[in-house]
Formats: sequence, C-alpha cells, structure tokens
Amino acid sequence: MASHDATAGARPAHRRLGAVRPRRGEAAGKAVLALCAFLSILTTIGIVVALLEPALEFFTEISPVEFYGGTDWAPLFEPARFGVLPLIVGTLKITVIACLVCVPFGLGAAIYMAEYARPAIRSVLKPALEILAGIPTVVFGYFALTLVTPLLRDIGIHVDVFNALSAGIVVGVMLIPTVASVSEDAMQAVPAGLRQGAFGLGATKFQVSTRVIVPAAISGIIASFVLAISRAVGETMIVAIGAGLLPTMTLDPRLQTETMTAFIAAIGIGDVPTGSVEYKTIFAVGLTLFLITLALNLFAIRMVRRFREVYE
Amino acid sequence: MDATAAPIRIGADPGMAASPALPPPEAREIVFGVRGASVHYGTHLALRDVDLDVYRNFVTAFIGPSGCGKSSFIRCFNRLNDLIPTARVGGQITYHGEDLYAPAVDAVEVRQRIGMVFQKPNPFPKSIYDNIAFGPRVLGMKGGLDERVEQALQRAAIWDEVKDRLKTPALSLSGGQQQRLCIARALATDPDVLLMDEPCSALDPIAPAKIEELMLELRRDFTVIVVTHNMQQAARVADMTAFFTVEVGDEGRRTGILIEYDETARMFTNPQDSRTEAYVTGRFG
Repeated sequence: MASHDATAGARPAHRRLGAVRPRRGEAAGKAVLALCAFLSILTTIGIVVALLEPALEFFTEISPVEFYGGTDWAPLFEPARFGVLPLIVGTLKITVIACLVCVPFGLGAAIYMAEYARPAIRSVLKPALEILAGIPTVVFGYFALTLVTPLLRDIGIHVDVFNALSAGIVVGVMLIPTVASVSEDAMQAVPAGLRQGAFGLGATKFQVSTRVIVPAAISGIIASFVLAISRAVGETMIVAIGAGLLPTMTLDPRLQTETMTAFIAAIGIGDVPTGSVEYKTIFAVGLTLFLITLALNLFAIRMVRRFREVYE
Repeated sequence: MDATAAPIRIGADPGMAASPALPPPEAREIVFGVRGASVHYGTHLALRDVDLDVYRNFVTAFIGPSGCGKSSFIRCFNRLNDLIPTARVGGQITYHGEDLYAPAVDAVEVRQRIGMVFQKPNPFPKSIYDNIAFGPRVLGMKGGLDERVEQALQRAAIWDEVKDRLKTPALSLSGGQQQRLCIARALATDPDVLLMDEPCSALDPIAPAKIEELMLELRRDFTVIVVTHNMQQAARVADMTAFFTVEVGDEGRRTGILIEYDETARMFTNPQDSRTEAYVTGRFG
C-alpha cells in the first residue's frame, strides 16, 4: 500500500452533500410512463360508461325480462321484438365450433414446436403461423363463404349458404396461431431440468410432453384458450359474412345464424336514427357481450389459479 | 438384487476412505466398460480417449476442475446426450457387455434401467406421491404403486419426513429434501445403476451429509456413479475415483481427459500422476 499521506493532498476538500432538489425530467418521465400503463384501464372504464348509459335507457323502455327471456329477435320490424337469446345462441355456437378447432390444433402445434420440431423446422413454422394471424378477418370471412361452405357441401354436409359451421371453423382456424404461439411460449418457459428429469426416468418424448411439460405450462396454455375464446366471442367480420344476419333460435350449426357482433355491425352501418330504441339496442347487446367476456375472463383466472403447477 | 457381490462396509466411518474390504480386481463385476470414449458438441471435442471400468455395487466418483467433461461423460451412461442434437459420443461403452450405443439399443429403455439425479433438484410440479409414481406409471408398471412409492421413499431415507403429506406439492420441501425426493423418484423404477451429477452442489451445507450417507447405503443394492467437484465428498463416499482435467489445445479449445482412475484410498494417498497429486492436495483447481 502507498502511503496515506501521498493521496491526502490530491483530493479537494469535502463539499457538503446537496439538499433534495426537484428533477423535473424524472417526474415527467414517470408521468408519461404511468399514463401508458393506465391508458388501457381508462379506456375500459370509458367504454363501460359509454355503454352503460344508453343501455340503461334502453332497459327503461324494454324490460330486461323481455330482453333476456325472449326468443324472438326482430328489433327493426313492426311490431318489434327484443328477445336477445337467438343472438347469444348464435355467438355461443360460433365460439364452441371455433374452440373445437383451435384448441386441439393450436395445442398440437404448440407441443410440436416446443418439444419435437428441430430448430430449422421451427424457424419456418413460427413465422408461417404468424402470417396466418396477420390475415385480415374480412378475408377469412370470404374464405368461409366461398371455400369452406362449398367444401362442406362437397363432403355431404347440407349447410345453408350462410351457416354457423363454416364461419365457426374459419374463426377456429384464424385462432390456431394465437393458441399455438401463447402455449408454445409457456412450454418453452418450463425449466430444462424438468425435461431432463423426465427423460432420465425413461419417459418417451410424448410422455414428457403430455405428463410433465403441458401440466407445468398449464396456466399459460389456459390463458391462450381464454384469449382465443374472447376473440371468438368478439369476432365480427367472419361471422357477418360467413354465418349471415338472420337470427335463429337453433343449435343446428348448418343453418344461417346471427351473432351479437354481427348484429351490432349491421345496425351500425344501417340508417337507424340516433336516439331511437332500435339504436339503443346496440348498446344493450354490446353491454351483454361485454359482460359475457368479463365472466369468461374471471372464470379463466380462477381455473388458472386452481390448476397451476408452480415450478420454481 | 444380489448382495453377495457387494463390499460389506455398511456402518463404516464415512470419513474413512481406505477400504480394505474392497474386493480384489478379479472378483469385481463390470457394469460399464468404457474404451476410447469421446464426446463432441458440434465440432468441439469436450472429452477424449476415456478408458475405465465401472464395477457393480461400487460408488464410483468422477472428480476434476470445471470444464473437464465429467458431466458430459456421466450423461453418456444413460444416453442423455442423445437429447442434445449436436452431441456425438465416440468410442465404445458397454453395459453388462452389450454395446450401449448399438443402433438397435433403445435409449428410452436404457434410461429406464439407469436412473439419474441432477445437480439442481428438479421435482415435477406435482405432489410428492405423483413425483415418485411418475417412473412406474410411464413404464406401465402394474399394481402395488403405493408400496413402490413407500419403498422408494424409504430407500432414499425421506419416508419419515414425508409419509404424512404425500399429497402435498413436492416443491414445498426444502432443497435437501427435494434432492432426496429426486433420488427416490429415480429409485422407484428399481434401476440397476444410479447416476448422480453433482447431487450436492446446489444444496445448503447440512444436506450433503445425508445424501452422502445415503450413497453409502445405496451401494448395497445399486451401482452408483457420482460426479463431484468436492474432493472430500469423493474421499468419503467413493470406492473408485476417476480424476479428469482440462487440456487447453490450439486456439484455446478445452478438452477433458482422464488422468487417473484408481481405488479412492490409493488415489488420495498415493496418486500416480503429479497432476492428480496437485489437485487432491488442493494446489490446483
């Protein structure tokens, strides 16, 4: 060590520590970032408020019992009938069909990409799937109408020109990348040690995938399903073009149907006078749609908590 | 399992590595015969020219500094390197006289017979019971699952600590308990060999004592291979010890080589190679 005296003179005398002073850039930065974080929450609140007011006005004119109990939907006809159940049934039909397509195929694709595909194959597959996710829904709508519907007829399923089945299938196809991508990320995040441990016990690749990796990633996988369901419930263009605009109180997927979203879109582009009861139906249906999606999300969060396997 | 071939030293002081009761070489049964083994990752040679025999009911330790290829080597015995696309194993490794890497040999079956415990405890995010039952289930072992689970936990000396909470998550256990659970999990399918890749290095200082004690117990029924960078551990538990080191070649490429393989007692008291001596006396590595 050098002598202590040698450095003592080289350093300037001690300056007192400064008092706290405002740093304006810091505060502004924090404010901008907080705004970004709260923007989506503010938007949600704004939407709820905007929906709620006309919807409540609607319910002063049409009783909720008639709205939620009626099975006949004809708000624009004389006499007008406001039973929303056919629209809800239409939406659920599309959602169930879409899930039957996107859940197995999406999960299968995710397992393949995460556990089986070699890097070269994976590097082609993933972008390809993302392209599928980037196709505008209006294109998918005509895909349902002009390709899938004739195809269904060719294989002997007697569907209407507009029908829930082909629209539901196409919505499902559109959602495969969503399920595959989110599920695959969840599976990739499972620690390599679990994989090795399972292989070390003599498990086959399929056993490792289905008994260790999928259960460990289940919360992410369920999240992908919820995302897909929410988007299926909210999907508009594909169902408006592929499934039609005729509300039918039936579970038969071969028939024409109308969903809540398709109704809202159709009214929105029509010439219904602002402020009329017909106009306010949009908000009542919109609010119902919002509540269904909210319920689905809350249910999903519970499911995830219940089945989650925490791995660290 | 046949216990007559086992060296009988249970209850011996684990600190006493000198093993006068080790059977003479001609009485030892060879489980693994390794001849000219090497491991490549892509174009990188990680380990080369290893020759040694692993004996039944022995604890065999692989020691050496980091990067000497000892972990790569232990993964050759259950063909775990097969899972790394770029890995290639050269030379010959026989298992009870059969070529372990013969094209007709099913790597999945190899791993069913040769259990492994890893550096970091890796219990599945399932209950204690389901962790132990995993191996028997994937193997389709029928019946007696409860007994099998209990026996495995007994053998891994963790039964008394978990018997009242078999349905609780395995991840609620302490690190040392998790590692013994992983040992139990590997034993549940009644393997022939247990590979342990630095099983104590991620544990707090108390836990290794229990695991070392366990290794000495396990050698009655199993053949144990353990990778460790802890020389005292090797001295305490191993019957045979292999010392590996790193050779730095052209362009700084590091390749592991086997320097010396001998009975542990002799290795630590009278090493034949000056590099071994430097390592075991703590002057290197």
